[in-house]
Amino acid sequence: MRQAVAGFSPGSWGSMVRIDFNRLRFLVIDDNAHMRRILRTLLHGFGAREVYEAEDGASGLEAFTHYVPDIVITDWAMPIFDGLELTQMIRQPGANSNPYVAIIMLTGHSEKKRVTAARDAGVTEFLAKPISAKGLYQRIVNVVANPRPFIKTKTYFGPDRRRNVNPNYVGPERRKGGKADVIRQAPLLDKVRAPS
Amino acid sequence: MPSRKDTAAVATYGDHEVITPENKLRKYVSERPLLPGEDDPVTRAEQALAELSTEFSSWMEAECDRLDKAREAVLKEHFTQANQEALFHAAHDIKGEAATFGYPAVAAAADSLCRLLEYTPDASRIPLKLVEQHVDAVRAIYREYAVSNAKELAATLTKRLREVTDEFLIRENRDRPEVIEQITGTAAAPLAPE
Repeated sequence: MRQAVAGFSPGSWGSMVRIDFNRLRFLVIDDNAHMRRILRTLLHGFGAREVYEAEDGASGLEAFTHYVPDIVITDWAMPIFDGLELTQMIRQPGANSNPYVAIIMLTGHSEKKRVTAARDAGVTEFLAKPISAKGLYQRIVNVVANPRPFIKTKTYFGPDRRRNVNPNYVGPERRKGGKADVIRQAPLLDKVRAPS
Repeated sequence: MPSRKDTAAVATYGDHEVITPENKLRKYVSERPLLPGEDDPVTRAEQALAELSTEFSSWMEAECDRLDKAREAVLKEHFTQANQEALFHAAHDIKGEAATFGYPAVAAAADSLCRLLEYTPDASRIPLKLVEQHVDAVRAIYREYAVSNAKELAATLTKRLREVTDEFLIRENRDRPEVIEQITGTAAAPLAPE
């Protein structure tokens, strides 16, 4: 039996794993210009070259469609529609070119109910403000190097909310049914690592 | 922009599908150790942020002015949905940014104001004096930050604001035990980056 593990964690990928940031495309969505500048500074400091910005949920969704970013970093509280609604719009299978995009929610909301709501909307990683270079780096490394599979049910589409398997879990298995046929298997084209 | 449409492997179970998207980003990962003299990316980003920090005092000033304007709107018009949201967002941004800007002791007062606005079921019952005290506290803590005992005074001031706020919130939510649980169980705002 597996146990559902709530919440987010920085993961086990520490500073020994590095990323070729200059090949990643970021979209930063935050209504606060100071925070956008801080994020841009940190990302450029990591080595990123392509950093696009939007200042609300609506222009963020438009930018997402236009720029096709690899990683979205979004605030929660924003005008027009917020980061949670933006996430739900992105996590619509078939509605856009990349519903699997990594979404890092960066927010001043740190209460448990907020973290749970973000997770249930399909956010990949949660990062509470105040921001730190180390915290942001860890989240980015985690989504790039250690992505989780996606789960699709009647009520949820997003990264697997079970980060760990607890062998000592005793209780009902909420996911029903045994393994069925693999209905589609597309080749994983890009498993090649960057030259060291 | 070129399309980056994903492909994915899909396994179907009784009531759910497990989808393993193609990881196009994996090729950007390297476990090669740092070369001698090569900068660690985190250190490099921290240095870039340190260079930007000459701007932080004026940014904090601007955020405090924004909070002040939001407070003035509430005092003038009483609470409306729009000015309540503006006041909350101004306080919420300060809560999240203060430590990054070098003023961590400001965050807790801003957080207390956020709690007051978020957990009061009827904003018209919020004493405007309590709103004023919060905004004045945020401004005063920022203004006096260089004073040697500012952080101790900030802690004392914020603690009292929080006590008064929680008393009010518990009273206002006496018929909503689930909210009271959140109020009494919510941790204080973190004062420093992780």
